[in-house]
Amino acid sequence: MTSITNDNIPGQEPEEITGSEAVIRSLIAEGVDTIFGYPGGAIMPVYDALHDHHHNLKHVLTRHEQGAVHAAQGYARVSGKVGVCIATSGPGATNLITGIADALIDSTPLVCITGQVLSGLLGTDAFQESDVIGITMPITKWNYQITCAEEIPEAIAKAFYIASTGRPGPVLLDITKDAQFAKVLYSYTKCTKIRSYVPEYPADKLLLQKAADLINNSKKPYLLYGQGVMLSGGEEELIRFLNKTGIPAAGTLLGLSAIPTDHPLNMGMLGMHGNYGPNIKTNQCDVLIAVGMRFDDRVTGTVGTYAKQAKVIHIEIDPAEIDKNVKTDVALIGDAKHTLKSLFALVNENKHTEWLAEFEAARVIEEEKVIKNDLAPLKAGLTMGEVVRMTSILTDNRAIVVTDVGQNQMAAARYTKFEDSRSWVTSGGLGTMGFGLPAAMGAKLGAPDREVVIFTGDGGMQMTLQELGTIAQENLAVKIVILNNHFLGMVRQWQELFFEKRYSFTEILSPDFVKLADAYGIPGCLVENRKDLEGEMKKMLDHKGPYLLEVHIEKEDNCFPMVPQGKSVAEIILSADELK
Amino acid sequence: MKQEYIITAYSENHIGLLNRITIIFTRRKVNIESLTVSQSALKGISKFTIVINETSDKVINIVKQIDKQIEVLKAFYNTNDEMIFQEIALYKVPTIALMESDQIEKMIRMHNARILEITREYTVIEKTGHEEETQALFEGLNTFGVLQFIRSGRIAITRSPIERLSEFLKERDSLFEKLEEKNKI
Repeated sequence: MTSITNDNIPGQEPEEITGSEAVIRSLIAEGVDTIFGYPGGAIMPVYDALHDHHHNLKHVLTRHEQGAVHAAQGYARVSGKVGVCIATSGPGATNLITGIADALIDSTPLVCITGQVLSGLLGTDAFQESDVIGITMPITKWNYQITCAEEIPEAIAKAFYIASTGRPGPVLLDITKDAQFAKVLYSYTKCTKIRSYVPEYPADKLLLQKAADLINNSKKPYLLYGQGVMLSGGEEELIRFLNKTGIPAAGTLLGLSAIPTDHPLNMGMLGMHGNYGPNIKTNQCDVLIAVGMRFDDRVTGTVGTYAKQAKVIHIEIDPAEIDKNVKTDVALIGDAKHTLKSLFALVNENKHTEWLAEFEAARVIEEEKVIKNDLAPLKAGLTMGEVVRMTSILTDNRAIVVTDVGQNQMAAARYTKFEDSRSWVTSGGLGTMGFGLPAAMGAKLGAPDREVVIFTGDGGMQMTLQELGTIAQENLAVKIVILNNHFLGMVRQWQELFFEKRYSFTEILSPDFVKLADAYGIPGCLVENRKDLEGEMKKMLDHKGPYLLEVHIEKEDNCFPMVPQGKSVAEIILSADELK
Repeated sequence: MKQEYIITAYSENHIGLLNRITIIFTRRKVNIESLTVSQSALKGISKFTIVINETSDKVINIVKQIDKQIEVLKAFYNTNDEMIFQEIALYKVPTIALMESDQIEKMIRMHNARILEITREYTVIEKTGHEEETQALFEGLNTFGVLQFIRSGRIAITRSPIERLSEFLKERDSLFEKLEEKNKI
């Protein structure tokens, strides 16, 4: 156990300070350097304490609490640290909800701190009182209401331990205003164990051997990697495992960037708009090794027709994920890093040349029918794909790419090339429009030395565009690329394909985004023609501060391939013609 | 196929945990047939006994989600025949009905029930048993007019010779030791 007292100086006697001061010191003791928030009545004592600590705890004032929580998510995803956000009671707290739900489903470690009315007023419908503990119960890994100052250090220590260990997730602490004002004899001890909580389990040697036997006897093994690889820091272990076994691999949407895009065994992305080969081969492999992923329905298509021919090995830290969606033959409960390391010693070297050739054949088909049209279109209108790929080329595949949700997200997922891990920030499970811009601010603060590019749509951009104010105030060098097709593109695509082209409320009017950025003092440019794209994008990337690039995209372009909802992964289509 | 399952969960005695557990059922639109929470043999540890009528896949999923809650020590599930279980029922009948015939007295004997209190106006009868049994007595007594009737949630105990909780806490201690060793490497 590490004992840290008095602002991280070990060995000092406990000192009497206010609860709010204890909040700030506890955060510093946990190594927090950046927090995102918005002040208000019930959290004012904490903001007052923050005033004395701004030199070693940076606070970013967002323009909306949703911006604060998404920024904390972006920060956590790229840095691997716990993201922290702070809001007042009532509306402040309820504005965090979307981000908390997003963080739970995408396993992002967050500590959210909300102010609460005086403890004597709890349950009286006091001004700005809301039952945030009750509201966030289904969307937090753990939450707790603090009503006296003595509880603060211990609760914060527990919060960080729970958020960051096992399968990470969001934790919420609701602190009544009187607890913030009251005095506490402060000392801080990090939490290292909770008896009712087992963050991880030791590997089962028999099951490891059973998995290895399946892999060693397999003719067509196939590995699916998810975000669990990055969350456990197991990128190297995965690459070593693949290199030794010669097994082809594909990533889930959240698993992207865990291994380089151009790794010879990386076959691409799974899922509804994933690559052709990775989807169809799921139903042709004989052993399916799922690593740190949860078989989301966007990955599996109809689960009743998913990989029925294969023996399934599931490496997963969360026991509740085992057999939840797909029945496994061997469940290896544990984190991806350690499990892959143990498995590495038991598997044989191999080169699945013929099997890899099958993936290559599928890739050629997709290249011909989809990728060529996206990256080298013959028509005049720009595609999202070519804008995304241009960014990868101009950044040597080294940028952190953040996305919003919809067609912009799928284009970015399909055509960004990754070299480094933790270079991809997107809202996968919840599919939160408006996530992108604030998440990109957080990503820039979490990885200040890296280029951060966000692809967003004209719809998602308008959900949280007030955060341009935060970007301007903090001079965050976020490169904003708006892929503007004048539609809520993904919904329009579904309307075209499945609702007889009845475009019900998907045509959307946007402001002049470049002028809007200019109003915030952020430079920008509008690109309407292909010939201008490269030059303007270079200008954006060369600019030191924030920059907004609006690109007009072909209005009714669709995102393919696609596994239509209710279909098997084997029924993936490459164009709209296949629906007829 | 749906059938009755008894879910048992041991947890820390913390505010809000009941809500955390019940919303797991609500979210999946699973009805809780009966729910009992009380202190276990170990101080500070609560025991939940929850009865649902569900398929085995669903009950497994639910138990894992309960187990996943930070403050839950362990959750199990069993079918009815794997456990010994009881409910308790209280019946209030007009005392005059007892006076006028020996029918109620016979019923009390036959059902192994007992009388808790007699006043001039009413008599309170207690019976423990399975739901069918407490229900059968209710129907019998109701021919004389039951004034009030209440049945508890189910409590259940396993057929295994040892208390699962102490066995489990020992296992957990050794698990934590193993994990500490692993993390040292």
